[in-house]
Amino acid sequence: MKLDANIPTGPLEQKWTRHKFEMKLVSPANKRKYKVIVVGSGLAGAAGAASLAELGYQVECFCYQDSPRRAHSIAAQGGINASKNYPSDGDSVFRLFYDTIKGGDFRSREANVYRLAEVSGNIIDQAVAQGVPFARDYGGLLDNRSFGGAQVSRTFYARGQTGQQLLLGAYSALSRQIGLGTVKMHTRSEMLDLVLIDGAAKGIIVRNMVTGKITRHYADAVVLGTGGYGNTFFLSTNATGCNVTATYRAYKRGAGFANPCYTQIHPTCIPVSGDHQSKLTLMSESLRNDGRVWVPLKKGDKRRPGEIPDSERDYYLERKYPSFGNLAPRDIASRSAKEACDDGRGVGETGLGVYLDFADAIKRLGKKAVSERYGNLFHMYHKITDENPYEVPMRIYPAVHYTMGGLWVDYNLQSNIPGLHVIGEANFSDHGANRLGASALMQGLADGYFVLPYTIANYLASIKAGEVNPEHKAFEETENKVKERVTKLLNINGKKSPAQFHKELGHIMWDKCGMARNKAGLEEALKKIPELREEFWQNVKVTGSGEQFNQQLERAGRVADFLEFGELMCRDALVREESCGGHFREEHQTEEGEAKRNDEDYAHAAVWEYQGESSDPKRHEEQLIFENVKLATRSYK
Amino acid sequence: MKLALHIWRQKDSNSEGKFESYQLDQVSPDMSFLEMLDILNEKLISEDKEPVAFDHDCREGICGTCSMVINGVAHGPQGGTTTCQLHMQSFKDGDDIYIEPWRATAFPIVKDLVTDRSAFDRVIQAGGYVSVSTGGVPDANATPVPKPIADLAMDAATCIGCGACVAACKNSSAMLFVGAKVSQLSLLPQGQVEKGRRVIKMVSQMDSEGFGNCTNTFECEAVCPKEISVSNIARLNREYIAATLASDEES
Repeated sequence: MKLDANIPTGPLEQKWTRHKFEMKLVSPANKRKYKVIVVGSGLAGAAGAASLAELGYQVECFCYQDSPRRAHSIAAQGGINASKNYPSDGDSVFRLFYDTIKGGDFRSREANVYRLAEVSGNIIDQAVAQGVPFARDYGGLLDNRSFGGAQVSRTFYARGQTGQQLLLGAYSALSRQIGLGTVKMHTRSEMLDLVLIDGAAKGIIVRNMVTGKITRHYADAVVLGTGGYGNTFFLSTNATGCNVTATYRAYKRGAGFANPCYTQIHPTCIPVSGDHQSKLTLMSESLRNDGRVWVPLKKGDKRRPGEIPDSERDYYLERKYPSFGNLAPRDIASRSAKEACDDGRGVGETGLGVYLDFADAIKRLGKKAVSERYGNLFHMYHKITDENPYEVPMRIYPAVHYTMGGLWVDYNLQSNIPGLHVIGEANFSDHGANRLGASALMQGLADGYFVLPYTIANYLASIKAGEVNPEHKAFEETENKVKERVTKLLNINGKKSPAQFHKELGHIMWDKCGMARNKAGLEEALKKIPELREEFWQNVKVTGSGEQFNQQLERAGRVADFLEFGELMCRDALVREESCGGHFREEHQTEEGEAKRNDEDYAHAAVWEYQGESSDPKRHEEQLIFENVKLATRSYK
Repeated sequence: MKLALHIWRQKDSNSEGKFESYQLDQVSPDMSFLEMLDILNEKLISEDKEPVAFDHDCREGICGTCSMVINGVAHGPQGGTTTCQLHMQSFKDGDDIYIEPWRATAFPIVKDLVTDRSAFDRVIQAGGYVSVSTGGVPDANATPVPKPIADLAMDAATCIGCGACVAACKNSSAMLFVGAKVSQLSLLPQGQVEKGRRVIKMVSQMDSEGFGNCTNTFECEAVCPKEISVSNIARLNREYIAATLASDEES
């Protein structure tokens, strides 16, 4: 596998400008001859599909939801970062770049992250022009807040629904193109394989989820904006439909999968209430701006929170990290919560929870001001738990939220397969081993609006348009494989539902490859997952037929991929003998229990290459070169 | 608790549907309504029966996918709540629960409780946007927007496009949905340039999809999980009349 990151030469701050000039262009008259497939309609996919169509390319866009407006980007609450420096508090492109690199625990590529910071301001301009109603102050200008581990206020927000508003902005741009006939939209359509011709991505095989029909779609290039793989854990804050199928099948066709072990566990979610639980609900970490996190000082203290005096509370984030306090980054806040609960000081019936207390904020700001900032989140919490957070502290616990790993891409967001581009959460490029709050929306939209439209031209200009033949034998072979697999799933007729297998896999992943990992646990998981997978292919029960709307069949196909992918995550976690960001190996910690990186041996992206069903995948390394920042121990004390 | 569920079952859009009844025991009040249905489906699968198809995705009340009429009310008994955020503590032991899909000409049934709401997408495609392409836009702070106006626009923009307003309306009117989008964009300075054109195109698409007119029953507002105000319908009417008068002048 050849891994050339294609990072432009020259000083960091000139790389993108210079690269834009050096890349090849497709002339306006030729653009309409090229067809691009975009899979996924979230922030990255919708922004990319709309922008490419505006430029004049033919675009076909696919999503599994019934409407592109429902992609899971919609659930992002807190905000979007941009280095506008409107509050004049010392922000700059370089500071946003530096914070992101440091936040990612020095495991991302400098040039990509710098470009992200550079285009961040354009995103805000674009969204405002589309009619996104960001929060404003009384002078009518945009309001900013500080968010998740940043010491400047650079986060733009629309109440607790920033993801929704930005997605609806991108959806409106996409809808405009659909209305104009420049984008052909396929809803309730699931990509089941990638088609390669002479080693280049030339199309996809899709199942229509209403009719069950399996069809071929060809293009000059394929873009995946299919999100992350958090649902490998069964319980996560992802939508129930989120899955790894598109990126995993691309991996099986030869695309490198980078850093699959990097998962982000978000510190502020509503704790699990029972075995029936089907998903976890995130409470925006913006709550940590005003809420104080604590547990009782004494183990097993079962008093009600109001009965525990201040002197018998442990505000552990404020104690351990005095300069960041409750705003410590996500990985650190999550691990600290786990520590407190492992120590027997967790709260709530299960003991797997910590308090997030607003009593002081209400005293300081008044109930009205608190409600203006967090009203919808308090309302949501109240509905789910039947407890009123204005009166009793919220209970929170970490949950799987975002995955930093993804398909390997170069500076042009192109994978190692020519023509296959990967954007948004689906790629690995910008967040290293840990993503900072309010940076997912920024990356998805940066990739879709401001990076991919330039870089894909560089690829398209190097090939001749419209040379793909859907009758090519590669299409036929791939389509047959997809059909065989569907038939196989339907014919097993075992005893256990796909959901049961998914739950069992989730337990293994959370126990062995969750917030803290160790060698023995990972090795155990690597034994258990293949066993579970084998049982799946003997004993899964998929009701109904393939030629109809069949949610069991959809689920079974996705779980089958999770059962393979989970193994790859554990494998990656086992080899990475260090702790960095969201990847915490118990063997590698300081005396105080902080993560201990090993820059000498692991300052690289691990890229896995599929070697067929009977062989182990091959691990490659892309060395990360730091020319503009000094590798430092990440300290938030 | 024990529940008697009566669920609309329909093979596909061409078949006739009917209610089928199921007994479900050991339902915990901590479960969400959809988790209760997950358990029913697991039970059906173990009995070799076909599980109930229903739409769901984020399960946190924001994607707008889930869509059920529960005991005659879109999204069920608790106001300001999507089906996925409805919890079983809203029901009691021994309850009969009737579960139906959205019912509207413009939302044909796909299967069981799943409907086709692509009509909403087509209304947006007709004009529910500001015609700006990527790049070349002014700085975000170039045009101040008074906070009360921005807040009003945000109130309207919180619509999740679930279609409960249509399902609840005796005329299957989509005017709360369309009114919310028209309001958001006509309140903001960025939406001014196209505001007349926009409202005329969206209303015309809305009519051709088979949605009815508003007769001020306000059931839509009562069931809306995001509590969108019917004043948005008034604004839609105002914008529409103003736009038709203006286009008469132009022609």
